[in-house]
Amino acid sequence: MNLWKKVCPLEQIPRLGAMRIETPKGAIALFRTRDDQLFAVTDRCPHKGGPLSQGIVAGHEVTCPLHGWRIDLTTGEAVSPDKGCVTRYPTKVEEEWVWIAL
Amino acid sequence: MRKPRLVVVGNGMAGCRTLEELLKLAPDRYEITVFGAEPHPNYNRILLSSVLAGEVPFVETILNDPTWYETHGIRLHLGKRVVEIDRISQRVVAEDGTSAEYDRLLLATGSSPAILPVPGNDLHGVISWRDIADTEAMIEASQKYRHAVVIGGGLLGLEAANGLALRGMTVTVVHIGAWLLERQLDRYAGELLQKSLEAKGLRFMLQTETRALHPGPDGRVQSVEFADGSRVEADLVVMAVGIRPNIELAQRAGLYCRRGIVVNDTLQTYDPKIYAVGECVEHRGVTYGLVAPLFEQAKVCANHLAEFGIARYTGSVTSTKLKVTGIDLFSAGNFMGSPQSDFITFTDPSAGVYKKLVIEGDHLVGAVLYGDTVDGAWYFQLIKDRQKITEIRHQLMFGPHHLGNTGHSGENRAAAMPNDAEVCGCNGVTKGAIVAAIKANGLFTLEDVRKHTKASSSCGSCTGLVEQILANVLGSVYQPNNTREKPICDCTDLTHAEVRQAIREQKLLSIPQVMETLGWRTPDGCATCRPALNYYLISTWPHEAQDDPQSRFINERAHANIQKDGTFSVVPRMWGGLTNPTELRAIADVAEKFRVPTIKLTGGQRIDLLGVKKNDLPKIWAELGKAGLVSGHAYGKSLRTVKTCVGAEHCRFGTQKSMGLGIRLEKALFGMWSPHKVKLAVSGCPRNCAESGIKDVGIIGVDSGFEIYIGGNGGIKTEVAQFLCKVKSEEEVIEYVGAFLQLYREEGFYLERTCHYLARVGLDYVKAQIVDNPEKRQALYERLLYSLQGVEDPWQKAVATQDREYAIMEMTE
Repeated sequence: MNLWKKVCPLEQIPRLGAMRIETPKGAIALFRTRDDQLFAVTDRCPHKGGPLSQGIVAGHEVTCPLHGWRIDLTTGEAVSPDKGCVTRYPTKVEEEWVWIAL
Repeated sequence: MRKPRLVVVGNGMAGCRTLEELLKLAPDRYEITVFGAEPHPNYNRILLSSVLAGEVPFVETILNDPTWYETHGIRLHLGKRVVEIDRISQRVVAEDGTSAEYDRLLLATGSSPAILPVPGNDLHGVISWRDIADTEAMIEASQKYRHAVVIGGGLLGLEAANGLALRGMTVTVVHIGAWLLERQLDRYAGELLQKSLEAKGLRFMLQTETRALHPGPDGRVQSVEFADGSRVEADLVVMAVGIRPNIELAQRAGLYCRRGIVVNDTLQTYDPKIYAVGECVEHRGVTYGLVAPLFEQAKVCANHLAEFGIARYTGSVTSTKLKVTGIDLFSAGNFMGSPQSDFITFTDPSAGVYKKLVIEGDHLVGAVLYGDTVDGAWYFQLIKDRQKITEIRHQLMFGPHHLGNTGHSGENRAAAMPNDAEVCGCNGVTKGAIVAAIKANGLFTLEDVRKHTKASSSCGSCTGLVEQILANVLGSVYQPNNTREKPICDCTDLTHAEVRQAIREQKLLSIPQVMETLGWRTPDGCATCRPALNYYLISTWPHEAQDDPQSRFINERAHANIQKDGTFSVVPRMWGGLTNPTELRAIADVAEKFRVPTIKLTGGQRIDLLGVKKNDLPKIWAELGKAGLVSGHAYGKSLRTVKTCVGAEHCRFGTQKSMGLGIRLEKALFGMWSPHKVKLAVSGCPRNCAESGIKDVGIIGVDSGFEIYIGGNGGIKTEVAQFLCKVKSEEEVIEYVGAFLQLYREEGFYLERTCHYLARVGLDYVKAQIVDNPEKRQALYERLLYSLQGVEDPWQKAVATQDREYAIMEMTE
């Protein structure tokens, strides 16, 4: 069962930026896009394990800092022609606080 | 609101390519309907000769299978020839009555083979060669009959003749010209080609005119009669005497046509709602029968259909390769030359090699290669880019010397490489894997190959080899990148130069402003354009433009280098490569305290602490800062290091104080952002122990002063720095170097090293700005000083402001 956990105030994550969260399930990257949507995925690129949280965010995509794979945050899948995916986690914002379901 | 409707007449390579380009730009803009006269989905017509030769099965030539149309929601009408365009009610009607209304119409009706107006041209067994049905008819005939006559010694005719001969027929090629491929080759190359083809068993009759085709008792063609009355036996006659643009449909609709449907530079016909691309169009008086120009047209047309309205098609320079296995020929541009041309030729008759380069003024304008065509792609690029070749003219004939740099065992001839040879040493991609990806996925460009195979996508040193492989696999379809006009990325059609100019002239100060003003296609850009824009803004408008951390690569955002496991490295600055006990003690202390697993000396005379966790970074910097250590910018597109030798301070050979000058230079340039990393070196005598010859800027002290060298590089491609000038004093060194680096900062493209910048603008240009023009030099130097005013140590700044970049949440059960 997913448990909602409180993460941090929304303003701690810059737009087009990310927060890395160390959890018992491993590191999770939490992204905030320009339209203020939040996306949480495993912080491991399916290519060679790069920390996605350190990548550049554009639209609803992040580019891995190691070798430039692009991950679609809405689906968790690598952008074609690369193949691979990362686990997604539900997120929500309540009263300017960010929550994640683990 | 309902979507506007786009109807495409013609389901061939031109129409589909335009749709593909359009879908990339504006996937949801139109409701699309496609009419194709043939009953097949879009296939690669160029491969028909390989199908005929039995080298490729038809299914492998299909470019867009039915699921492609479905996925993109395109309504496809196969086997329905459009017979009417009603421009008043904006509707097209097919033979069977199917009709579709349009808001925009794209005509891509292609061309038909020309038929000789001779008696008997409609006999059974007389065909032209255009589509898969013709190809199948030829294959079938080759199984039943013996004698084939191909009329026409052009590209298509020779490929037909070769295919039929391979299928066991005796083939005679009848050609009206004085030599084969007279539109692609000069006489000498044409004759070499003829000899090679004769060796393969083909027969040729040149300067021969066909008068009539005669039937046998069964009504099928039996012989061909020529102008001199002689005859040859023939059970199959293939006419390959040119193509005629299919303009009847357009003509009936009252669209202005000459030889083809006339279009302007946006591929628009005289009816603004109707566009046309491919072999059916006439642009600036020219019609094209090759596939490469059509791809260029498709791109421009898609841009306008997507209503971006900024692309222009100005005509194509074409190149030719013949797809006959075992025969290598290539020609491009104005290969016959003119009375003003110079010719450089090379012939080796016994090896069957002939090369001719046509030069006019400072430019290569044409080339013919026979027997050895590996450099064709390179020559074609030189012709298309109109690159000045004066400086390399003496070695032009011997091809590019830089194809294979490092990391692929010095190979620089893709054609000769075996399939299991490694091309890309970074990503472990073999030649075989690249060839397979090109064929399986229908790849046409370097970018496609990079995306699918990763070859040449990391350090790029094998780019030349990958381009050669592409050129070899694709033949005449291959279009080298026009590197000068290449857009920054898929988010825009503008080049680096155009964006830099707009930022300067329109005083753009932020990334959103640039994207808004210049019509970016994506709301946030991408990981390629954003760092470039950020650099252009802060270098053009220092102290005014906003630096956007989210548009910097993680290394510059975190002021440290990311490593493969996500940890970082810390490299404190050691001015001129010098240190002292306090600094060393501080480094030893943090290494112990933070359990730094690896400590290494760098190539730039610094100490590298590797394997540091991200949130330890500010703590380490705070402690290093107490000993006076600041950021070494080892992570940035910025001033990296100034490497020095011991120099006159200690060395018995030293003529100048290299350590002292190195420190001065490094302090003067501290915190300088640049298009790419910048490394300097100062040596105290010509023994050059600091390796000044392979640095972006290298100084060599001599007894009478200092020699300044620029544009060296010790990396991917070892590039020896070029001599800029000699000066007397250290002050002059700093001013000249500062001015050169400012010029590079203002004019370099993002991720362009000084050696590439220098190759692009030329040493003479740089000398004119820096050496010959004192006012310009001083102005450049002052602009550099202005932009470096108030530069802070990014490490201490991050410590002081508690930069949230280093915040990492920890969550426990």
